[in-house]
Amino acid sequence: MNVQTPPEKLTAKDFASDQEVRWCPGCGDYAILKAVQMALANIGSRPENTVFVSGIGCSSRFPYYMATYGFHTIHGRAPAVATGLKLARPELDVWVVTGDGDALSIGGNHLFHVLRRNVDVNILLFNNEIYGLTKGQFSPTSRVGLKSPSTPAGSVDSPANACHFALGANARFIARGIDIQAKELGELFARAHAHKGASFVELIQNCIVYNDGVFDDFVSKEFAAERQVHVKHGQPMIYGKAKNKGLRINTQTLTLEAVTIGENGVTEKDILVHDEKNRTLALLLSGLRPPEFPEVLGVIYCDPAPSYETSVQAQDAQARAKGAGDLDKLMRAGNTWSVT
Amino acid sequence: MNLQAKPGRGDTASATPGLKADTETVVVRFAGDSGDGVQLLGGQFAQETALAGNSLATFPDFPAEIRAPTGTTYGVSAFQINFGSRVVKTAGDQPDVLVALNPAALKVNLSLVRKGGLVILDSGAFKEKDIKRAGFNQDPRTDGTLKEYRVIEIDISAQALEVAKPFGVSQKEALRTKNLWTLGLVSWMYDREMASTQSYVARKFGEDDPVGKANAAALKAGHAYGETHEISGDISPAHFPSVKFEPGTYRLVSGAEALSWGLVAGAQLAGLELLLSSYPITPSSPILHNLAKLKQFGVSTFQAEDEIAACCAAIGASFGGKLGITASSGPGIALKTEAIGLAISTELPLVIVDTQRAGPSTGLPTKTEQSDLFIAVWGRNGDAPVPVIASRAPGDCYEVAIEAVRLATKYMTPVILLSDGYIANAAEPWKIPSIKDHAPFPVTFRTDAEGYQVYNRDPKTLARAWVKPGTPGMMHRIGGIEKDSVTGNISYEAANHQKMTDTRFAKIDGIANDIPEQTVEVGDTKGKLAVVGWGSTFGPINRAVHNMRAKGLDVSHIHIRHIWPLPRNLEALLKSYDKVLVAEMNNGQMLTLLRSQYVIDAKGLLKVSGQPLKIAEVENAIRAQLDA
Repeated sequence: MNVQTPPEKLTAKDFASDQEVRWCPGCGDYAILKAVQMALANIGSRPENTVFVSGIGCSSRFPYYMATYGFHTIHGRAPAVATGLKLARPELDVWVVTGDGDALSIGGNHLFHVLRRNVDVNILLFNNEIYGLTKGQFSPTSRVGLKSPSTPAGSVDSPANACHFALGANARFIARGIDIQAKELGELFARAHAHKGASFVELIQNCIVYNDGVFDDFVSKEFAAERQVHVKHGQPMIYGKAKNKGLRINTQTLTLEAVTIGENGVTEKDILVHDEKNRTLALLLSGLRPPEFPEVLGVIYCDPAPSYETSVQAQDAQARAKGAGDLDKLMRAGNTWSVT
Repeated sequence: MNLQAKPGRGDTASATPGLKADTETVVVRFAGDSGDGVQLLGGQFAQETALAGNSLATFPDFPAEIRAPTGTTYGVSAFQINFGSRVVKTAGDQPDVLVALNPAALKVNLSLVRKGGLVILDSGAFKEKDIKRAGFNQDPRTDGTLKEYRVIEIDISAQALEVAKPFGVSQKEALRTKNLWTLGLVSWMYDREMASTQSYVARKFGEDDPVGKANAAALKAGHAYGETHEISGDISPAHFPSVKFEPGTYRLVSGAEALSWGLVAGAQLAGLELLLSSYPITPSSPILHNLAKLKQFGVSTFQAEDEIAACCAAIGASFGGKLGITASSGPGIALKTEAIGLAISTELPLVIVDTQRAGPSTGLPTKTEQSDLFIAVWGRNGDAPVPVIASRAPGDCYEVAIEAVRLATKYMTPVILLSDGYIANAAEPWKIPSIKDHAPFPVTFRTDAEGYQVYNRDPKTLARAWVKPGTPGMMHRIGGIEKDSVTGNISYEAANHQKMTDTRFAKIDGIANDIPEQTVEVGDTKGKLAVVGWGSTFGPINRAVHNMRAKGLDVSHIHIRHIWPLPRNLEALLKSYDKVLVAEMNNGQMLTLLRSQYVIDAKGLLKVSGQPLKIAEVENAIRAQLDA
């Protein structure tokens, strides 16, 4: 059942388990799975040192399809299990796979804390704005008005913005990608893996059965070029088929504006250059939504800080530097008396 | 008068013909405002008493509020100690002496005191408004409330203020030395050496701290007051010779301490590092505090964001090859139940410590109860068996913790360890064990990939192999979804689920062959009546059965440690008695369990008052059973 001693240079196939993938035909998860397997091969990860931890939901079946170590846990709790694993085994590469319901509804608390603590795990949040495995109820990222079995008259819940949530939790790495963009995902996963501390990646993922086409307003061929900006650190945030659109900061209102170069006196020099260490900018960028603005993709924020398990290890090591504890001695410390 | 106990108390053989009136033990209860330092006073007095070689048991009894409004009845904190020159098994049914540092303390505790007992009052705290605030209509010192007691009034507040004056401390700090002044007085009353308290004060405040000096002076002054003042004509110090304990080195230990050390010992015997992952909750938190200080023992601690995360992180650590442990109390255990199911399904070792408190819901956080037996044995979705074991006394927590680790690692299963608020906070003299007393039970991680399947099982224990992530060639996936009984791949097959369910039960049931047979604590292995207990009711049941047997009654005491699976001989043993009485601090949980397992007509002595069972209550129930 398991991959035997792998060859030195691994390929994507070496990261695929022998289990038949059971997602619906056409599900965006397939593309993400392939992209992850490819990325791990390219990064040079070792299957034995890699662990995928998931919660519950369609995306959380992910570990079964990986030829790595895997733990399919309970609804919403993958970040907590991953934290314990990382505390026990800091040297392992730990990936958390979760969905919008798993991470932002039942597991919102754990997602907040794994990000706040900055545990060195890579979190892939598959956001399809729907509960798929329970047959199509609205999720915390569903848009207002969504008709679902539990909201026949349309959802009145205000949706959560996953990247804003992560920023609010003081996440130090925030990225966003689209399921079908394999090349870009490969780059994002490599960056997420290289980042020491919690890496948060929101994956825009199409549910072909219960929410098909919900992202078409920026993912479809018709709109892709005009409504997606792929940001890169140090480069101006330009997009559009003609590369003539861009984001400009309005310093009076502290808001971003989508502008066209060559119109209303806008020049390339007006276009804002992406700074992935700028948290305020990250907040502005991740809040932009089509059609007024492009969807912002790529590494939105990356500003490393010491990771949780490293700090814990340092304290543990400091305590142990004085020598291993002697339990018999400990129990005899303080006030004792002898009976002869 | 002599301060030694008079006959008529619960924890005595005084009502027993043929034995002399018992003056070997005494029960003292200290009570005051929750800010008065009553727990410190009691704890230090217990330490002095232990060092004097007396046997003792303590019962800290405090409210959930940290500092309730001064002078209110709900803000009263108490500390009871039973001690003396023979083996003491409980903190005592009835105090012989009550030290009340304010009217509210008197109001709350007076009814507990033995008629004819001694009441010491801080008269300085009995101003009219204090008396009113405590809910007395008139001054209880003059309206006949105390007519059945001996009363000594001392203006302890004024004494403390006077003693503290030269040290230039604030009025507030000066008044707070009241507890040490009182300790000085009581130390004189019972002929105690105060060195351990003196060094405690020096350690806590430092030699030169004026507050420390004021406290040290208060301690001395209280002692001197007893020696030189007018009360010396009224009472004389009582001396209790030391108890003949078996040889060894002793200390005072609380249940929370012994349990923490037992977990460390268990992990060392298993050859594992441990991660304690917990969320703060009363009365479990001291375990987290204790282990947080023991990093040099291969211990890591994690204060999680909630109870669920605490359990899940422990499971994650066990998946990684450390011993995952989570400690909590009732409400927290309820939150962990889904995660415990995950550990059952994935067959990972995990120790869950439940320091029980009175429920349901928030219940009485600082009061003891044994009402989590059902949730421990049966409280999960699906058919989800786990071993459950219970500690009977503070020192016993050490042994039970080791046993929990042994079972968890040997059988690859979560284990629930039941302690309770009484055991956790109470202290008793403890013959200090050595880690060398136990044979190691080292864990072997499987590294041989040849033929490995996730649910390969040890034919004897039915445990699956523990494989650490990072081991080449053995990558596998586990999870809470049902798995094929061999490969560990997802399986929805009907026969497989039956087989996996049966196997999970067979594994846990099989533990019955790996635990000691049930013994009888006191009495014969057959007869008219067996009193069955578990957990912290050990002391009162044991003393009551001793007392009743001394009166010639045919009664035995059976105390269950292994609650699930039950000892293999327990059914036959219980059926060898005409009657079975289950005494427990809940509404009949062990009673129901035994009745359902063995179809026996057991009866219950059930108490849910947040207070420990009393010896007299057990004695009365024994009489009622044998008379019926």
